[in-house]
Amino acid sequence: MGKVIVITSGKGGVGKTTTTANLGAGLAASGQKVCLVDTDIGLRNLDVVLGLENRIVYDLLDVVEGNCRLRQALIKDKHFGEHLVLLPAAQTREKDAVNPGQMRELMERLKRDYDFVILDSPAGIEHGFKNAIAGADTAIVVTTPEISAVRDADRIIGLLEAAELYEPQLIINRVRPDMVRKGDMMDINDIDDILAISILGVVPDDQDIIVSTNRGETVVTDKRSRPGQAFRNIVRRLLGEEVPFMDLQQRKVMHWFKRILSGEAQ
Amino acid sequence: MFEFITRLFSGSEGSKNKAKERLRLVLVHDRASLSPGLVEALEEELIEVISKYLEIDEEGLEVSFDEGDDSVALIANIPVKNVRRNL
Repeated sequence: MGKVIVITSGKGGVGKTTTTANLGAGLAASGQKVCLVDTDIGLRNLDVVLGLENRIVYDLLDVVEGNCRLRQALIKDKHFGEHLVLLPAAQTREKDAVNPGQMRELMERLKRDYDFVILDSPAGIEHGFKNAIAGADTAIVVTTPEISAVRDADRIIGLLEAAELYEPQLIINRVRPDMVRKGDMMDINDIDDILAISILGVVPDDQDIIVSTNRGETVVTDKRSRPGQAFRNIVRRLLGEEVPFMDLQQRKVMHWFKRILSGEAQ
Repeated sequence: MFEFITRLFSGSEGSKNKAKERLRLVLVHDRASLSPGLVEALEEELIEVISKYLEIDEEGLEVSFDEGDDSVALIANIPVKNVRRNL
């Protein structure tokens, strides 16, 4: 029996979908069977982040409404095949076209076939959020080191606990080491002080993410990528390993060196 | 280096402390208004503790949050009927 994890944040644009895609690919690369579910009905994006947008025939609502069999709606990933599949959200329907009871039932079915089912939740705290958390066993909250995102994360933690999803874990995304160094950005300790929640990982802000997303690829399998390394560490923690947090400040010399070599340092 | 010098002269210590300070306060407000259930539970436990020492008017008990500009205070108005002497 697998585990259902919901990736949520409250605030939009903090990197839920990127996180979902990278954790999915990272777990698949570690030999796990993973199903990613896009629950953002009407605003689906996990398909484009994974580069699978041209393969969609059926979606989550088709499955729930019985228009197709579950297997028919699951899209195999380009790299991991059967080990990483996507259940896309419906794009032309309303968020209330599915209810928490149906989501719970769907998760029960997926759990039987996959080691990890990862749900990409929509932003907000309304209907779509309630659907996304309905069948989840545990939650990961994504935030960035900004007041607005941390505030929304706090609210979400409260709502998750009210829904009996206790002990959610936090991923701090888009940390900029240069700004942290200058005292212009909150770091892991600052957020830890404020949010009283266990931290699953810290991901540095990096252009790699935009470049890979442009191509419909994930960074987690890119050995040279810093955010890729951060996501690989998170994957290992999800699999029960103890991995120390990345030292984000270490980057400078290597980065500078890399840029010189790639001729980009003008 | 330039940044260091400008910072030295402006006396600023980076904006993150400002962010933390504002965030802490806004979370106290948010958490306080998060659930009426929390205030109710607080009231019940207050009654339980205070009743050990004083006889109070449970109906007249009022708990609220007073929000100032830079602080939040918990205000409890608890009418006392009698002091328990058998302690």
